[in-house]
Amino acid sequence: MPAVKTIRSRTVVLPTSNIDTDQIIPARFLTSTSRAGFGKNLFADWRYDPAGNPKPDFALNKPEAQGASILVAGRNIGCGSSREHAAWALQDFGITAVVSTEFADIFRTNCLKNGLVPVLVDEKTHGWLLANPQAEVTINVESSTLALPDGTTVQFPLEGFARYCLLNGVDELGYLLSKNEAIARYEQAHR
Amino acid sequence: MPKTMFEKVWDDHVVVPETDATPAVLFIDLHLTHEVTTPQAYTELRKRGLKLRRPDLTLATMDHSTPTRTEQVFGGVPIAVDSAAKQVKQLEENAREFGVELFNLQDSRRGIVHIIGPELGLTQPGKTIVCGDSHTSTHGAFGALAFGIGTTEVGHVLATQCLLQRRPKTFAINVINQLPRGVTAKDLILAIIGRIGVSGGTGHVLEFRGACISGLSMDERMTICNMSIEAGARAGMIAPDATTFAYLEQAPRAPKGDAWVAALERWKQLPTDNGATFDRSVDIDAAALVPMVTYGTHPGMVAPINGNVPAQGDAVFQKALAYMGLRAGEPINNVPVNNVFVGSCTNGRLSDLRNAARVLRGHKLAQGVKMLVVPGSQNVKRAAEAEGLDRVFLDAGAEWRESGCSMCLGMNGDLVPAGHYSISTSNRNFEGRQGVGARTLLASPETAAASAIRGRVTDPREFSSN
Repeated sequence: MPAVKTIRSRTVVLPTSNIDTDQIIPARFLTSTSRAGFGKNLFADWRYDPAGNPKPDFALNKPEAQGASILVAGRNIGCGSSREHAAWALQDFGITAVVSTEFADIFRTNCLKNGLVPVLVDEKTHGWLLANPQAEVTINVESSTLALPDGTTVQFPLEGFARYCLLNGVDELGYLLSKNEAIARYEQAHR
Repeated sequence: MPKTMFEKVWDDHVVVPETDATPAVLFIDLHLTHEVTTPQAYTELRKRGLKLRRPDLTLATMDHSTPTRTEQVFGGVPIAVDSAAKQVKQLEENAREFGVELFNLQDSRRGIVHIIGPELGLTQPGKTIVCGDSHTSTHGAFGALAFGIGTTEVGHVLATQCLLQRRPKTFAINVINQLPRGVTAKDLILAIIGRIGVSGGTGHVLEFRGACISGLSMDERMTICNMSIEAGARAGMIAPDATTFAYLEQAPRAPKGDAWVAALERWKQLPTDNGATFDRSVDIDAAALVPMVTYGTHPGMVAPINGNVPAQGDAVFQKALAYMGLRAGEPINNVPVNNVFVGSCTNGRLSDLRNAARVLRGHKLAQGVKMLVVPGSQNVKRAAEAEGLDRVFLDAGAEWRESGCSMCLGMNGDLVPAGHYSISTSNRNFEGRQGVGARTLLASPETAAASAIRGRVTDPREFSSN
C-alpha cells in the first residue's frame, strides 16, 4: 500500500447522492482475478455511451477534470456491494481521496485498506466544494485536515491507527499477524 | 449490566480489546468464500508466503459469476462468460492449494453462499460470520453477528482468522403488531428501508425485535436480515428462539448429541437482556403495511403497491425517475413488466418458490413477459422439484434454472435488456444492476408472480383465492 501524507489537487465533482458500488464498477467487470486495470471501467455506465465512446458531459470526461485526483461525491458514497474493486477502480483511475458528507461503512473500510483517503466533511464545506468544481484543495493526513483555496481548514475524522497505516503505507495484515499469540490463546480457550 | 445480543456476541469474540488508538482484534467463527471476491486475497497470501490459518472454519462455493443454464453447469458446454470460467478455475486451484473445502460447480450441495450456510447448519446463533459479500447480513437471522467484508479483509481472515474492527452502535427496529394477510417479510423490510433510509443504519447493527419478528419463519427472518445492508447497516440480527432451534436441529452440520444440548444452553443466553439499551430505536407498525414495490434506483425509493410514484424536487430524484422511465404521480400498479426474476439470497429459498408458485399455479405468463426462476441452492432445487414446483413455473411459461446469483447482479450471462422493466425478488434496484439500462422493481415473490400473470405490477392479494 502506498504511503499518503499530503494530497494537493484539483477536485472533480459528482454531486449525486447514494452513488452505489455498482455505479463505481458494474458487476460485469468483476470477473478479473487481479487487482489491476479496473480504472478503465470506473463509472463505466455513466462514463461511456452504449457504443463505448466517452460521454463528453460526464464530469470525469471533461478536459478540466484530467489529472484531478480528489473526488467530491454526494452523500452516502459507496453504498451497496462490498466489492473492493470499487476502491481499486478509483485508485487505478488516479483518485487518491474521496470527499463526502457520508460514507457507506464497507466502502470506507475498503478505501482505507488501499490508501485511498476518505474525507468526511460538514455540509457547509461540502456545499462549497460541490459549487466549485476544480477547486485546488490540500488534504493533510497527518493533521487530518482539508484546506480550501482561501486557506480555510476543516478537520476530518481519522482514527490513530488508520492514520498511522496511511502515513506509513503499512497494511493491517502485519499488525494482525503480530497478534498471533493472543489469537492462539483465544483459540485454545474456545475449543 | 444488561447487554444487547450484539454486545454479547461481540464481547465473546474480542481477542484484543479496542483502544482509542487501535481497533479490536475480533475472532471469526465462520468464513464463507466465493469466486469473485477471493482471488486477489489468495494472491496476497501467496506473495507473503502465508498459509490458511483455519481451514476448518472456511468454506468455499461458487455462485456470483457461475452460469445457471443446466447445459453449462452439467452438460459439458463451456461457461459462456470467459472471465467467469477463469474465476471458477482459479477458485478450484486456490481451494486445492490452501486446503479449503469447496462445493464446486457440479456439487449437489452448491448454492448461493448465504443460502447454503444456513442449510448446512454452519450458520449458528452467537457466531461471528463474514464473507466477501455485503449480503452476509442474512446470517444474522440466527442471532449471529454476520457482515460483509472487502477482499483485503478476506485475506486477513484467511491468514489470521481475525479482523480489525471498531465496535458499531446498536439500533433496535421494533416491529409491533402482525403483518396483514398477503403482506410478506419482503414487504416489511422494504418498508423499513423506506422509513429509515438507505444510509439510516450506517455504523449500526440492527436488531429486529417484537412480536411480528418472533412470529416469522427462518426463511422470512433471513429475507429481513439480508436487506439490512440496504439500509446501510453493518449487520442485522434476530434473537434465536424455538423457531431457530427447530430449523437447526435438522441441519447436517449443526451440533449433534451432547454438543447440541450444550449449544442450546449457550444459545438461550443470547437474546438481549431486559433493560439493555440501544443507541437508537424505531417502531414500525406491521399491521399498517401493504405489499411494497420500489420505483427508483435505490431500495429506499419504495412505495405501497396501491400508491403512486411520489413527487420530489431534487435533481437526483428526477434522474432516478428518468432512468426508470416513470413520472411522479403515476400509479405503481400500472407499471408494465417485461421481465420477472424469482431467486437470489433475498428470496431464493424453498418457501419463496412455494409462495410464487401458489400465485402462479394454473396461470400463464402475460404476453411478452419473460420469467426466470432460479433456486438459491441445489438443495432448494431438488426440494422444489420433489413438490412439483418446477412444473408450475414451466407450465406457466417460465424458465427453471440451476442455482446461483443469476439475474440479481448481471455478471453471469443472465441479463435484463436495456429499457425493460424487471420485477425482481432480489435486493438491489441500482442502475444497471440487472443489466445495462435495466429497470428493476424490487418486490416479494408473490408480487413478482402476480405481476408476471398480468404483465404489469399487480397486487398479489388479487389472487388470494388461490
